[in-house]
Amino acid sequence: MNFLVTLINGLSLGGVYALIALGYTMVYGIAKMLNFAHGDIIMVGGYTVLVALGTSGKPIFTVIACVAAIVVCCILGVTIEKVAYKPLRGASPLAVLITAIGVSYFLEGLAQIFFGTNAKFVKIAEMGILHIGGLSIGWDTVITLLVSAAIMAALTLFVKMTKTGRAMVAVSEDKAAASLMGVNVNAIITVTFAIGSILAAVASIFYLMRYPTLNNTMGAMPGIKAFTAAVIGGIGSIPGAMIGGIVLGIIECVFNSTPLAPYTVAIEFAILIVLLLVRPNGILGKKRREKV
Amino acid sequence: MAENNYLLETKDLGISFGGLKAVQDLNLRIKKNEIYGLIGPNGAGKTTAFNILTGVYQPTTGSYIFDGEEIHGLKQDAINKKGIGRTFQNIRLFNNMSVVRNVMVGLANLPEYKCNVFESIFRLPRHFKVEKAMRARAKELLDIFGLLEERNNLACNLPYGKQRKLEIARALATGPKLLLLDEPAAGMNPQETAELVETIRFVRDHFDMTILLIEHDMSLVSGICDEVTVLNFGQTLAQGNVADVLHDPAVVKAYLGD
Amino acid sequence: MSLKKNAFVKYYLIYVIFAAIIVFFVALGGVLPRSFLSNSLQMAIAILLSLSLSFVVGFLGELSLGHAGFMCAGAYLGGKVASILAAGALGNGILTFIISVLVGGIVAAVLGVVVGLPALRLKGDYLAIVTLAFCEIVRVLFLNSPKEAFGGAFGLETPKYGSSGISLQMMLILALLLVVSAIAVFRNIIRSKHGRAVTAIRDNEIAARATGVDVTKYKLFAFVVSSFFAGIAGVVYSYTQSRVQSSTFDYNYSIDILVMVVLGGMGSMNGSIISAAIITFLNLKLSTVLTGNLAVAKDLVYALILILIVIFSNAPSLRSFREKYNFRAIIERLRKKEMDPADIKNDAGSWDRIPTKIEMNEVLSTDFKVQESTMNPDKEAK
Repeated sequence: MNFLVTLINGLSLGGVYALIALGYTMVYGIAKMLNFAHGDIIMVGGYTVLVALGTSGKPIFTVIACVAAIVVCCILGVTIEKVAYKPLRGASPLAVLITAIGVSYFLEGLAQIFFGTNAKFVKIAEMGILHIGGLSIGWDTVITLLVSAAIMAALTLFVKMTKTGRAMVAVSEDKAAASLMGVNVNAIITVTFAIGSILAAVASIFYLMRYPTLNNTMGAMPGIKAFTAAVIGGIGSIPGAMIGGIVLGIIECVFNSTPLAPYTVAIEFAILIVLLLVRPNGILGKKRREKV
Repeated sequence: MAENNYLLETKDLGISFGGLKAVQDLNLRIKKNEIYGLIGPNGAGKTTAFNILTGVYQPTTGSYIFDGEEIHGLKQDAINKKGIGRTFQNIRLFNNMSVVRNVMVGLANLPEYKCNVFESIFRLPRHFKVEKAMRARAKELLDIFGLLEERNNLACNLPYGKQRKLEIARALATGPKLLLLDEPAAGMNPQETAELVETIRFVRDHFDMTILLIEHDMSLVSGICDEVTVLNFGQTLAQGNVADVLHDPAVVKAYLGD
Repeated sequence: MSLKKNAFVKYYLIYVIFAAIIVFFVALGGVLPRSFLSNSLQMAIAILLSLSLSFVVGFLGELSLGHAGFMCAGAYLGGKVASILAAGALGNGILTFIISVLVGGIVAAVLGVVVGLPALRLKGDYLAIVTLAFCEIVRVLFLNSPKEAFGGAFGLETPKYGSSGISLQMMLILALLLVVSAIAVFRNIIRSKHGRAVTAIRDNEIAARATGVDVTKYKLFAFVVSSFFAGIAGVVYSYTQSRVQSSTFDYNYSIDILVMVVLGGMGSMNGSIISAAIITFLNLKLSTVLTGNLAVAKDLVYALILILIVIFSNAPSLRSFREKYNFRAIIERLRKKEMDPADIKNDAGSWDRIPTKIEMNEVLSTDFKVQESTMNPDKEAK
């Protein structure tokens, strides 16, 4: 029974990681860059929630806070792309990576100026505990699980069904060919960053429900773990990011409930290394055979 | 070279990717000092055959004997050390290194230029001796290919024709017994091609080299090859003397269609 | 002939500069303010790190985001050996330092093999995440180590300079000597057949194999040498702290080192040295200039400078502007000389023209510029 609770917990945390990993993987697939600042968007989402909640505990403010976080993150993500990454389109991947690192430092520095380095406590909403047949699970866990599952389903449908979604797939396959076919590559990249940032905002709300402390580097750990999840699943692959996130979430919760808890991070990364040695392109990543 | 006169002999060599048989039942017999052509339409499996011979791919069937030794299964660099040098269809130079250094990379494995890491780090006498000798040898090779003047340019800044020549020079630097040339005349104008024919002959005579080449340019093939094998969809269509093979109805059909 | 002489002078200039710096500190180390000495020591450590990472990133062409992991192993193991020896008969002297430096370096080098192995199978971003993962694993293992062995969460107590034995001045001189030896080792490797093999792998791995380069051997070799010096940097670092904390060596530290290497110009050792010195100096300076309320702006200013430098030196749309106003072009204009790398035809000068695969060297490095169109590794893969 205990194990089942751990598993559900893991699925829920995995959902959060998957949401963040989707941002990494979509941006990677379309702009071919590692967006190191993605984790810091989570942090900005967290501070937005903090500000919007104010001191009031009314449920309506919770809703406003969540919407505010989504709007702020979306605008921020698009702005970052326009200001910092767009001028470097066509430059070396490493240059873009370093700029992303610069943006990450910039956001952390900005948060430090406004909010200081001391951790802040955020209580998003008072939620009870759900009892089903002997199992006791926090409502936050259940909501996280359900909402992230719904978002992932919606995203999959979006990519499969809509014109924009198919254009995204086309751009990730071959930017030049997509552009020749009349796809507005710049617009697609903007949309990708917007979606990625919205997912990060949602993830930040769920992450704060779970770990309600907030400081200017809080995005680093979930960011790096989600990145790991994206790589485990095969970076560039949307279902891969979901699988990778869920795998990572379950591993984390399972090991955290054992005496090996202090080593959880090390174990997660060790699993990543072993998996990549067995499957060098992740679980669902495409095999790239270089033509000789 | 105990049993026969062949430098390279492949026995029913084949490879398949998934269900696709890219090359099957390839039986090449290449005599020493001969120029052998491997021709066929696009997608016939010529480059794949090269990749098997140089260890990029492991054959799924068959084997091959080079210089009296079964060498399939070795790593690429080991096969190169056994004496097979190659060039690439899409030129692969060390673009950000100077022309002379490109050739010196090739020379590094020769026994006369042996020098371990510690001798290099601590600048022991052998390091200087070896470096000097390698540079001199590299210059000789570059001179043969008319690249001496450009030796300190970056490889990527060379004009196309010279890049092809540099690739051959680099392959020769590794001291091969067999040289595999993958479409050496691709993208060259008739005059450059004529020069290339001269160069290939010169290499054969001057280095006592055996050459296996892939080529589309039939005038080049009929001009310099002693023997050819024609591939089509991975299968051997015809094999033997150039003049006979090029008039073989099956070959004409493969090239020109019905 | 004069060109040949020029190149000769240029090659040895870096040693002359460092010799002058060492002499300077030997002569004046006693009178200079301690903060100046300790800042210089920080810069020396940064230079060691960026030199060693530069070899893997700029010359082997593999992206590593876990360099701090090697440093961490060096700092812990070297620091442990130092603390044991300092308590023993050897005392806290130079000999103890040398032994710990060797131990730290060798332990890191062994780890270099462990990280180099995945590098044989993985490429690009996948290798980058593996190196990052490795760095975090090392950090977590030391964090949770038994208290008696490595201090666990409290950190490892190590002999710090100044307290007894080695003075700050002596420590700085030792660190500078290590920097000089690192420069010599890396440059001697690069300017030898082994270095050519490594750069050949960077430029075209498939062609390198076909040309007889043992890619396995040379990739491991590059990782081992690089991590050896990162480990040494770790030992020196452990001497600047009375307590080594594993939290120092998180992936952000690795990224800071990578930033130095990239800004210095890929494939340029001199660039790495200059950029490590400048960035460390900038960071130290920012934290002394921006005091009080402004102190919080330090990271922000650093981030802005970083973004602006990268965009300025890499944005394709600014290319013509860069060609007109970059550092080298301005100098050349002052010398009223058209620059054309093709004009220089002497052998001795050609060694250091290992240009950058990734064009970032306009700002700092002194190497020759290569056409950007040919430098894009993406296009080459076709």
